[in-house]
Amino acid sequence: MSAETIFADEADHGLADTRFTVPGMRCAGCIAKIENGLAEVDGVETARVNFSAKRVAIQHRTSIDEGDLALALRKLGFEAQAVAANPLARDDKEAKALLRALAVAGFGMMNIMLLSVSVWAGAGGATKEMFHWLSALIAVPVVAYSGRPFFSSALMALRYRRTNMDVPISIGVLLATGLSIYETISGGEHAYFDGAVMLLFFLLAGRTLDATMRNKTRAGIGALLSRMGKSASVMQPDGSTKRVEAEQLAPDMLMLVAAGESLAADGIVEQGRGAIDNAMLTGESTPAPVSHGDTVHAGAINMLGPLYIRITAVAADTAIAEIARLMDEAGQSRSKYVRIADRASRLYAPAVHSLAAAAFVGWMIAGAGWHQSLVIAIAVLIITCPCAMGLAVPAAQVVASNALIKRGLLVKDGSALERLAEIDIALFDKTGTLTLGEPRADISNLNADSAAIALALAQHSQHPLSKGLAQSLAEGGTPPAALTDVAEESGIGVRGMFGGISVALEKPGQAAAAMSVSLRIGDAAQMIYFSDPLRQDVGHAVTELGNMGVSSSILSGDNRDAVAALESQLGIAARGDMKPADKLQALEDLKTRGHLPLMVGDGLNDGPALAAAHASIAPGTASDASQQAADAVFIGEKLMPVALAVRVARRTMGIVRQNFGFAIGYNVLAVPLALAGMVTPLIAAIAMSLSSLVVVANSLRLSRSAR
Amino acid sequence: MNGLAILIPVALGLGLMGLTFFFWTMRDGQYDDLDGASHRVLIDDDDDDAG
Repeated sequence: MSAETIFADEADHGLADTRFTVPGMRCAGCIAKIENGLAEVDGVETARVNFSAKRVAIQHRTSIDEGDLALALRKLGFEAQAVAANPLARDDKEAKALLRALAVAGFGMMNIMLLSVSVWAGAGGATKEMFHWLSALIAVPVVAYSGRPFFSSALMALRYRRTNMDVPISIGVLLATGLSIYETISGGEHAYFDGAVMLLFFLLAGRTLDATMRNKTRAGIGALLSRMGKSASVMQPDGSTKRVEAEQLAPDMLMLVAAGESLAADGIVEQGRGAIDNAMLTGESTPAPVSHGDTVHAGAINMLGPLYIRITAVAADTAIAEIARLMDEAGQSRSKYVRIADRASRLYAPAVHSLAAAAFVGWMIAGAGWHQSLVIAIAVLIITCPCAMGLAVPAAQVVASNALIKRGLLVKDGSALERLAEIDIALFDKTGTLTLGEPRADISNLNADSAAIALALAQHSQHPLSKGLAQSLAEGGTPPAALTDVAEESGIGVRGMFGGISVALEKPGQAAAAMSVSLRIGDAAQMIYFSDPLRQDVGHAVTELGNMGVSSSILSGDNRDAVAALESQLGIAARGDMKPADKLQALEDLKTRGHLPLMVGDGLNDGPALAAAHASIAPGTASDASQQAADAVFIGEKLMPVALAVRVARRTMGIVRQNFGFAIGYNVLAVPLALAGMVTPLIAAIAMSLSSLVVVANSLRLSRSAR
Repeated sequence: MNGLAILIPVALGLGLMGLTFFFWTMRDGQYDDLDGASHRVLIDDDDDDAG
């Protein structure tokens, strides 16, 4: 009831919430510019930027819609795309639940420690008994609350007759708590509440770190993704248009797609001429011209005039959804790879079980009585607690991935780092990977005046060639000329007036090369040619990979001549004329020969290869599908993050091995002592926290490795 | 013993206060945008306050 009332209230005020992802924000200035700029837009109530997620949440009146807001953001200088309410909510919830459990366990641990210290210090009689009761009072609810993540996972494993790391943890915690309660009631010597709660605290710390890292990188990648249109304007029988959500679109509807809008469904152009940016599907930034009868796909962006499109496929039937599904399947085979932690726990869990059981049986046979035998068995379970083990992997991976994020590389999860560390051969796509994938203008033959005019014109257009020209000129330090009456005409170009002379950037005639524009000043016209240049540091990155024992080669869909030029320039093997299936075959061949290949690629044609490779990296300009398939995404114009990723991944695995070595060494020392019944609760607790701290401190050394 | 009767509830109470406060900060969304918070201090919005 109450919820309905609230919604009714909101409807009265006509307020709506819209979220945009804005990948371009990079500094404090951007936050202020977006928030203040949007606040001045008529109809916007509040705008709040979330910098970590590169998102902006806008509360606005229903009098303005998504399109208006996107336009307002573009005027402020930011590319923005509307996104679904909060796609990361579920993952976020898991991390928050873990954090809450961690906080409760921390609270319990500190207070129980406080009481335990005085018991260890020699408090006796009634004081000790009271302290045990108080500890029990704190520990039981804390264990019940904070232990849930472990108990539920252990139950799940047992239900399928398997065992995982959570089974001995749960048994240890529950037995220790149960026995301590018994000791408390019977007025016994020792209670192990401190051990049980501390165990939970350190294990939860490891899990929370793990979950936080996954969320952080996923949010970063989410900001780059989700370009598919959320809704479309559909023509009604009476000639008006109506906004329809993507899920409610149906085949045979006629949708009107305005310039700058992304398509929400696949379809065929019925009316209108224009160009669409297929970067989401192909990674190719040059717009493809479309006209009546051409097929267009969801996710493509209409660059020029309005298009009327008859819908042929919606939602899960669209080409992009189909590709996502194929990649998902290709990726499945990779998850069979046994992760180090699982491998260890598979051996560890049964070993711990049998050790504890052996201790119990052994001491029973030796005649210690069931009570003392059980105490020793629990001590074995607690002291072998995989605290340090549980932290060994996530702590190192969190530190490494944070260091990499600062250098422009988003690693999707921990297992990706593991696989990146193992690769021994690197394969690169050419266009968009070794090259920038964006057109850059050759401005060497422009004089200062024409450069200034060209820049002023180019800044007025969203066309990729204009953007490339503007970037090349701005890098050269050219100031824009002051123009008047600047106007962009779809499919023709931008024109304006420069002190009484008509100037324009125009599409050249049919005969000219595809990547060129004509700059006209008065009657004089001059051609500006574009090329897709190599990333500056390709040579360095390849050498760096070579130094690490990783040989590089190029797999390209381009013709052999273009590839051969690159081959001699970089001095690495290259193969041209490769179809997606050929790339896949090349990877399979390498794998059967025992190599572990790294694939670096951007386009849709690299998708299957990215999914099939042992590890894969895609540039931030790649198609959404490729970014989904890749293990890591690098941002910016440099290729160096690829080499850096491999180097840091290797160092990370080195640290993980050290951590494991330490954790195992600790157990090798502690377990015999516990088995011999020589470990007091004080020693167990100190040894446990010390081993965890050593592992965390060792992992922190990685933060310097990415420099 | 009498001292303990006061000090232990005080210690527990302080701990609980800290825990409640932490839960409040979580619900308040103070951990949602950690990178943003470090940038926001640099935003010079004195003009708004003065005007």
